[in-house]
Amino acid sequence: MYRIVRKQVLAPTITRFEIEAPFIAKKRKAGNFVMIRVENHGERIPLTIADGDPARGTITLIVQAIGKTTKLLCSKEQGEEVLDVVGPLGNPTPIEHIGHVVCVGGGVGTAELYPIAKALCDAGNTVSTIIGARSHDLVILEHEMRAIPSTTYVTTDDGSYGRRGFVTDQLKDILDSGNPVGAVFAIGPLPMMKAVSDLTRSYKVHTLVSLNTIMVDGTGMCGGCRVTIGGEMKFACVDGPEFDGHKVDFTELMMRNRTYVDMERIADERYRCQLAGLTQENVQ
Amino acid sequence: MSSANPLKPSERMKIPRQEPIEQAAAERMTNFLEVSFGFDDERSVIEAKRCLDCKQPLCIDGCPVGIDIPAFIGLVLKKDYVGAVNKIREANYLPAICGRVCPQESQCEELCVLGKKLTPVAIGKLERFVADFEMQQNLFTPPVIAEHREEKVAIVGSGPAGLTCAAELARKGYQVTIFEALHAVGGVLRYGIPEFRLPKEILDIETERIKALGVQIYLNFVIGRTATIDELFGEWGFKAIFLATGAGTPTFLGIPGENLSGVYSANEFLTRVNLMGAYRFPDFDTPIRIGKTVAVIGGGNTAMDAVRTAKRLGAEHAYLIYRRSRSEMPARQEEIHHAEQEGIELLLLTNPTRILADNNNWVCGIECQRMELGEPDDSGRRRPVPVKGSEFVVEIQTLVEAIGQKPNPIIQSTTPGLDTSKRGTVVTNEQQATSRPGIFAGGDLSRGGATVILAMRDGKQAAAAIHDYLEKT
Ligand SMILES: Cc1cc2nc3c(=O)[nH]c(=O)nc-3n(C[C@H](O)[C@H](O)[C@H](O)COP(=O)(O)OP(=O)(O)OC[C@H]3O[C@@H](n4cnc5c(N)ncnc54)[C@H](O)[C@@H]3O)c2cc1C
Ligand SMILES: Cc1cc2nc3c(=O)[nH]c(=O)nc-3n(C[C@H](O)[C@H](O)[C@H](O)COP(=O)(O)OP(=O)(O)OC[C@H]3O[C@@H](n4cnc5c(N)ncnc54)[C@H](O)[C@@H]3O)c2cc1C
Ligand code: SF4
Ligand code: SF4
Ligand code: FES
Repeated sequence: MYRIVRKQVLAPTITRFEIEAPFIAKKRKAGNFVMIRVENHGERIPLTIADGDPARGTITLIVQAIGKTTKLLCSKEQGEEVLDVVGPLGNPTPIEHIGHVVCVGGGVGTAELYPIAKALCDAGNTVSTIIGARSHDLVILEHEMRAIPSTTYVTTDDGSYGRRGFVTDQLKDILDSGNPVGAVFAIGPLPMMKAVSDLTRSYKVHTLVSLNTIMVDGTGMCGGCRVTIGGEMKFACVDGPEFDGHKVDFTELMMRNRTYVDMERIADERYRCQLAGLTQENVQ
Repeated sequence: MSSANPLKPSERMKIPRQEPIEQAAAERMTNFLEVSFGFDDERSVIEAKRCLDCKQPLCIDGCPVGIDIPAFIGLVLKKDYVGAVNKIREANYLPAICGRVCPQESQCEELCVLGKKLTPVAIGKLERFVADFEMQQNLFTPPVIAEHREEKVAIVGSGPAGLTCAAELARKGYQVTIFEALHAVGGVLRYGIPEFRLPKEILDIETERIKALGVQIYLNFVIGRTATIDELFGEWGFKAIFLATGAGTPTFLGIPGENLSGVYSANEFLTRVNLMGAYRFPDFDTPIRIGKTVAVIGGGNTAMDAVRTAKRLGAEHAYLIYRRSRSEMPARQEEIHHAEQEGIELLLLTNPTRILADNNNWVCGIECQRMELGEPDDSGRRRPVPVKGSEFVVEIQTLVEAIGQKPNPIIQSTTPGLDTSKRGTVVTNEQQATSRPGIFAGGDLSRGGATVILAMRDGKQAAAAIHDYLEKT
């Protein structure tokens, strides 16, 4: 069992957890993830390790509640436990001294990007970050990104904060500004990573994206996470999760990720009914 | 030899081999309960009477772990079922499992003298009966551990190889720790072999018995990631390590369309169902997608388990596509027979060439080619060759590829000095020692895909070798 030692709500659907997992805390590097199973009968889902404290033996996860498992996790309180946490999995992000790098985070992807941006800065790079969100209340980690330190831009779809528009609008301005960009690191929803990759392709700027595939084990034994990279079959959990964005077959991946949408809805609705049942009981 | 059997050999040979009690095919197609209920005590005693109690029992040579088969059968005859299972346990710590999944027909039973002219003694079913009897009556008593030894030994992987090695070393008094990557113990016994062939409750009970020997188990612990082999020797203080991580990485055919939605590796398909409980969705959260028509590619135990699972999940048609003929199928005869009873349709001498997609990137068909048998190849089996112009399409909505697995490279790539073969298996000598002192390996990791009992044999052999190694250092 893995105890939640701290819980903090960052945005309406985004929660930050510090969880006791001493072996993982000691080994994890930027770009690694864990597989977690919240309760018995539950699904195994991948979550990026956003931070870690080897001395206290904790890892930080930042979770967006979108379906049954992530909602269940976000309902857990400080002091409660999570059934299974395994990691650190996946290849760490290759951190090198490149020069000027741009880190682009969309939605909860910003959380996955944070440890990478920090590591890039520690390696002597000049870091610009772009945080994209649908609206102001969903902007996360702005303060932390600025503190890295990095030049930080915020874009919101509805213009409620920062620049109105998409991360790609801001990225295009940076690419056009004359300040050369050595590499782009983009993590967020698949359409965003696809748009970023399409943009940087014409600028010939190397772009690394982190692929959110469906996973079961996270250790290379099921092949459920397979993706097509430059025409070749790869397993995102062991060959990635980061890949050259210019080589990823995004269309195929987006289709594959829809494999279980109707069943995910059933699981989600059942969970909501359970919750409703529970509260009724409590009221009576 | 003091035989408890009052019958003369000629009388014994007149007794027909007993048939196990089985769930009817029509019924079992709709559930995940065990297909075979095995023998009851009456049948077991009759079957035991058939054994000739040979002076030179050939059957023992056929058992990779060398169970004293006539001795345990003699105890069955005396209705000393607990005595019988303890006799088995001297050589095999997982009798309820082997009695169910061992390919007996090509091992102990193949060599049984009765098999030459008649039918062999049903050794596997007897083994299962006594093990089940002990479980049902709750009569297990852990063996006494004679000595205590300070040395710590790590076992990586909790499949049959790892569990057996752990049991053997713990019985010798060593401090044994198993590291398992998944959240549950058992390896293929847990995630691969379905409930209808090996109920998970049986595995749970056998596992508890290994824990009862003082074996410590860390779940959710991936060696090579959570800690490396060198850290196990260093800060963790282990004196020897047995690697038993199996052959868990799926391979694919390499034909167009394999990344379409609705295409599974057998590993993913079976893991979702067995480990994650997808057959009980939505009571379990993990989903599985089954179309009206499912095809499984392959001819081994894995393919058979996948196709029978598909049928139970509600497929109207479940095809097994295999490029050779029936007699070349590597799956156990009993399983092929069961599958046919359950309405599995075999497409033999058929080779898939292309997977077809609908507008939503979902698999909608598989293009195949007819094959005919040509000259024998290296393995001695006749090589299938395609018949020109014989392409045809089978409409399907789900495809499962069960064409083989290879070892997962995580440990090999993070452990300097560990020799591997071209096929990715870890190289060992006869004693299961690897190229690095103190590291031993066995089971599917060193053999490629093999069997439960061979994995156990390796686990036993490695335990003996580790004991020798630690005595010397
Ligand atoms: C390497 C990696 C790192 C990730 N890191 C984070 C993170 O730090 N924070 C975060 O909030 N999310 C992260 N995700 C996404 C997260 O795993 C999914 O949001 C989660 O699995 C959804 O589960 P659910 O039951 O709540 O929703 P569901 O309703 O089951 O699914 C919603 C959508 O999530 C995806 N999904 C479903 N099941 C899985 C699965 N088993 N594995 C992966 N994706 C799935 C599908 O696209 C699906 O349509 C990461 C994904 C990957 C692959
Ligand atoms: C579907 C299927 C059906 C089969 N049916 C039969 C049958 O009927 N009869 C028969 O005799 N054989 C059968 N086999 C073959 C048999 O199951 C295997 O030969 C046997 O399980 C191999 O045992 P093992 O201990 O070597 O490895 P496995 O059973 O594969 O166990 C390996 C374990 O190691 C763990 N592991 C892997 N990497 C790591 C790591 N880095 N750190 C920690 N843990 C790790 C895995 O999670 C797993 O639990 C079948 C196989 C399959 C796939
Ligand atoms: S372990 Fe397998 S081979 Fe040995 S006696 Fe039992 S069934 Fe036969
Ligand atoms: S060979 Fe057959 S008959 Fe002879 S002892 Fe073994 S099981 Fe009995
Ligand atoms: S998640 Fe199973 S192989 Fe990647």
